[in-house]
Amino acid sequence: MAQQKQTQFWQKTPIHISLLAIAFIWTLPSAGLLISSFRRRDAMLATGWWTIFQHPFELTQYHIGNYVDVLQSEGMGQAFFNSLTIAIPATVIPIAIACFAAYAFAWMEFPGRQFLFIVVVCLLVVPLQTTLIPILRAYRDLGLSNSFLGVWLAHAGYGLPLGIYLLRNYIGELPRDLIEAAAVDGASHLKIFTKLIVPLSMPAIASFAVFQFLWVWNDLLIALVYLGTTNDVAPVTIQLSNLVGSRGQDWHLLTAGAFISMIVPLGVFFSLQRYFVRGILAGSVKS
Amino acid sequence: MMEFWTRLLNVVLAIAIGCGGVIGLFYLANLAINALPKPWNQRLLPWVYISPALLLLSAYLILPTVQTFYLSFLDGRSQNFVGLKNYIFAFTDRAMLIAFKNNLLWLVLVTGISVSLGLIIAVLVDKVRYEPIIKSLIFLPMAISFVGASVIWKFMYAYKPAGDDQIGVLNALLVNFGFEPVGWVVEQSVNNFALIAIMIWLYTGFAMVILSSAVKGIPEEVIEAARIDGANSWQIFWRITIPMIRSTILVVSTTIIILVLKVFDIVFVMTGGNYGTEVIASRMIKEMFNYRNFGRGSAIAIVLLILIIPVMISNIRRFRTQEKLR
Repeated sequence: MAQQKQTQFWQKTPIHISLLAIAFIWTLPSAGLLISSFRRRDAMLATGWWTIFQHPFELTQYHIGNYVDVLQSEGMGQAFFNSLTIAIPATVIPIAIACFAAYAFAWMEFPGRQFLFIVVVCLLVVPLQTTLIPILRAYRDLGLSNSFLGVWLAHAGYGLPLGIYLLRNYIGELPRDLIEAAAVDGASHLKIFTKLIVPLSMPAIASFAVFQFLWVWNDLLIALVYLGTTNDVAPVTIQLSNLVGSRGQDWHLLTAGAFISMIVPLGVFFSLQRYFVRGILAGSVKS
Repeated sequence: MMEFWTRLLNVVLAIAIGCGGVIGLFYLANLAINALPKPWNQRLLPWVYISPALLLLSAYLILPTVQTFYLSFLDGRSQNFVGLKNYIFAFTDRAMLIAFKNNLLWLVLVTGISVSLGLIIAVLVDKVRYEPIIKSLIFLPMAISFVGASVIWKFMYAYKPAGDDQIGVLNALLVNFGFEPVGWVVEQSVNNFALIAIMIWLYTGFAMVILSSAVKGIPEEVIEAARIDGANSWQIFWRITIPMIRSTILVVSTTIIILVLKVFDIVFVMTGGNYGTEVIASRMIKEMFNYRNFGRGSAIAIVLLILIIPVMISNIRRFRTQEKLR
């Protein structure tokens, strides 16, 4: 038996080699970034990051000074707070609105239901570039530009089609008996919604939340257009791209800055990866 | 230190206001509707539930798109009607033609390579036990922003003149094998491919995850039967796997096509559109912000929308058939 397993393993050698090679290539860029962010400026400009493997345990070649510098003097610290301020409400607001709408689309009767949902399906693919100029103008007139409220609403608007689509598909699959039984017992729509639908739909809500959060945290375009680049509102993506422009050769700052911008989405991604994958699949494999 | 706590307080306050606001909105609406007489409130309730969504969708997607369409027929400062002039510009200007050509290259290479590579990995990874680790590693770049990815790859592509120690991995490899270092980002013959590689790195994992679940959905008996009939792995891949997951491949491809058409961050951060790397979306931002020509910017945005309409139609078709199955 053991023998058989061993030959099986060797038969698969080409598969193992190619998979490991691909995984290695795919990880290499991020690994280089992470290692570099702990190296000193002169060392980084003189030699490649892989040279640390010649003496990996010589701890003097690592330090966290780059992070301190980039957080304090390059405004990355403030930007980090700004990103949190933008991303959390910009995730919660569309979730709340999409949940209610998805419930109505799935379980309530009203004229134009099918048509309105088809409109939502269409809006899924509208490039947000086609909306920038009019909204930018409206924001100027309303005094919403450079405000967090403006960005929250914009992200909510752009995220809604996907949210409604994913959640309606999920909520619509919940067992009809359950909802009818609750209605017969005299539960109001609001009660059914808060006590039944929301708890049962948590997997779908979580997957949309991850989607929306990653998208908002990683966004550059909307922040650039509606929020501008002043320090007290600019998120990490803007601050980082400014850093690329002004400190293009200061790799010790760029690598540390890039890692700071990545740490929250990576954390969210890893802890909620299961839901995220499920969300992607709900939207695409069903055909 | 004091400053840190005020900042943190501000963040918490802003988040509370933003999140509390939306909950309060629904709560108040519900109160108001309950005050109405019975037949009325049953008829109005659905609209209370969907109207915030409809309001946001119209304000941020529908109306602005209509208005952009209108603006695309006006001049740079949106004052005079100029007919199709902006569209003629969009299809004849030299920089625009370069952008179209580059975008086509992006579409073909990013979609082609990330989908086929994703498929190959999905099939191979199905046969090993350390599947989750490999999948996570390849899927990981999905969480990285285009800006972050651009910094990572700028570093990969870093260039130093021949003779110096190279600090970028790619040039170090080239020099090691006795070639001249290449300015990956500025050299016109390679820079578009260098930027395209970044997006392939980001989205192959996405394609792999979806395709992998489709591959797992193929019934075991079908493959067993083919094997008994003497088919080898290669034939199984072409004659069974690919035909059976065809629709998933289509969905993945269209999703990536949409993403590619909208891409602007990578070009913006890596080259600013210089050295012949402009794409349609980055060109639009340039017309809008650098040249303040809203007419041309709008026309380019509408061209982008038109390119996506076929995807929209296929989306509706898919939705319709899905509804019939429900």
